[in-house]
Amino acid sequence: MSRRFTPKVVTANALIEGDVVYLTEDDRWSRHHHEAELIEDEAHAQMRLLSAQAQHLLVVGAYLADAKAGPNGPEPTHFRETFRTRGPSNYAHGKQAKTPKDGPHV
Amino acid sequence: MYKYNDFDEAFVRTRVAQFSQQVARRIDGSLTEDEFKPLRLMNGLYLQLHAYMLRVAIPYGTLDSRKMRQLAHIADTWDKGYGHFTTRQNIQYNWPKLSDVPAILGALADVEMHAIQTSGNTVRNVTADHFAGAAADEIADPRPYAELLRQWSTDHPEFQFLPRKFKIAITGAPNDRAVTKAHDIGLRMVTNAAGEPGFEVIVGGGLGRTPLIGQTVREFLPEADLLPYVEAVLSVYNLLGRRDNKFKARIKITLHETGKEELSRMIEERFEEIRGSFSGADQALLEEIRAAFAPPAFKTAPTDAHYAAQARDPAYRAWADTNLARHRNADYAIVTVSLKAHGATPGDASSAQMRVLAELAETYGHDELRISHEQNVILPHVHKGDLPAVHAALKAAGLATANVGLISDIIACPGMDYCSLATARSIPIATQIAERFKELDLEHEIGPMKIKISGCINACGHHHVGHIGILGLDRAGVENYQITLGGDGTETASIGEKAGPGFAYDEVVPAIERLISAYLETRLEPAETFLAAFRRLGPAPFKAALYPEEGNRNAA
Ligand code: SF4
Repeated sequence: MSRRFTPKVVTANALIEGDVVYLTEDDRWSRHHHEAELIEDEAHAQMRLLSAQAQHLLVVGAYLADAKAGPNGPEPTHFRETFRTRGPSNYAHGKQAKTPKDGPHV
Repeated sequence: MYKYNDFDEAFVRTRVAQFSQQVARRIDGSLTEDEFKPLRLMNGLYLQLHAYMLRVAIPYGTLDSRKMRQLAHIADTWDKGYGHFTTRQNIQYNWPKLSDVPAILGALADVEMHAIQTSGNTVRNVTADHFAGAAADEIADPRPYAELLRQWSTDHPEFQFLPRKFKIAITGAPNDRAVTKAHDIGLRMVTNAAGEPGFEVIVGGGLGRTPLIGQTVREFLPEADLLPYVEAVLSVYNLLGRRDNKFKARIKITLHETGKEELSRMIEERFEEIRGSFSGADQALLEEIRAAFAPPAFKTAPTDAHYAAQARDPAYRAWADTNLARHRNADYAIVTVSLKAHGATPGDASSAQMRVLAELAETYGHDELRISHEQNVILPHVHKGDLPAVHAALKAAGLATANVGLISDIIACPGMDYCSLATARSIPIATQIAERFKELDLEHEIGPMKIKISGCINACGHHHVGHIGILGLDRAGVENYQITLGGDGTETASIGEKAGPGFAYDEVVPAIERLISAYLETRLEPAETFLAAFRRLGPAPFKAALYPEEGNRNAA
């Protein structure tokens, strides 16, 4: 039996300003991890990644990141991805500088 | 200060124009990211965790007030009001927008700066002793040679596709402040029996995955032979260097696999072949360059103010003790401005601080500034009579921290707060150590101490050559920090030894504290530094301090 597939989200950086973005189920790029589509199937994950990589007018560096379901939507499981939802720890820059929900979609 | 010649100017402007078009074509979709990525990297533009990052070269770490003000202007206009100085004597902007990068490069070109060859498999920014042209122990200013090497290597057709990146460091003094033994080529100025200046040529040093101290392939190279010899090293490397395996592609591996004797023989052979083709034009150019680096007109004035301030003001005295170095002119001092205020990010300077530094350089420092690989800023030529005024201005700008060379003067790479290659954070480890030892009020008691932190195996934070090195790793999805002991980046270079198992994020500061207590208990006298004590005693007492539970287990 094959190993259980770890759920994924598709993440990337916005092309112009580089902010971290996540692919949603309805094909938008959200600034919020919890709005991402949680992908539980490997083949579907590859499809979604390909479709993300094709959107090179909007994003750069798309990849699949491990995630898990949470009460408000998908949550990161690795600290690197947690940091990406916030910004650096030495200044209140990046996402943490903005109040949640205010970020425009790409 | 050295001025670009017309060729340089035209070259940089052309590159800016080309890159502007490439950015426009990336944004309108005519270039894919796969096509664009090598182009942006050639222009110093990286994609990091939270944003793009633009890496700007500061050749041999030298700036003047005009350049520094422009760096401040860029930080304010297109970034978040600060810049990060790195161990490569570069400045990095952490938040540029892709669409603004052409304008930034244009603004850099206005002050003869650029971001070319800060990436890729080329000869990178040549780094130099940050006290160049000022140090009392210097044989000659190394920067004219660094500039000669820069001009020769920039866009050199033979060396644009080396097996891997190539770093050259140069120092004009026997005391090595440029970590020459950890570079692909290290050039250390020495004199021969006749008193003539030349270079000890060290090849194959490097940190990263396989840390190695370079080996001397030539004890004494006459200065006139510098360019043909360096070209010989590069062309032998270009031929032998492995292109099949990225991790084995640096010249340090070539040296290891070929052997020093055979490599030296091949270099000498190639050198003899090409030497004749260097018609002396390089020497004429060197003379020209040297004129541009002529020392400033040092003034003669009373120095009393400095001594009076030292006698009167303990804060000034502490700063003078740690942050001043001996200048070749006895009435002058070299000022190291610490970018390591306790709790602040090592190497970061706000635009306001950059402007203060520019102003001070202009008013009191013969308009010269340097960036050190230790992530501090140097005012290389300050008359002693002006030091109290300089100190006061620095203090007002939050730049008078008296900690150069002490435990809080930590090198830390950006780590996982910014860098996409990182396996753990480094900045918060640095700030926590600095704050803890400030709280303990121990740093002057501890004395000379170099802690260096990297956020991954690439070792941009030089952790292998830290007296205490800290390497951040990802162990099964948790940040974990490996400690190395006894590293040294100077002329007595050594690679630190791994102490043992790594520490969790919140265990690092207590571990360092135990280490320091062990040192304070075992040193023979206050003058015996941590490194000296480590060399005398070996790792045992320090390991015992780091892993007390092991001792307990053995005793049980
Ligand atoms: S050492 Fe690693 S984490 Fe630190 S800057 Fe270099 S590549 Fe990034």
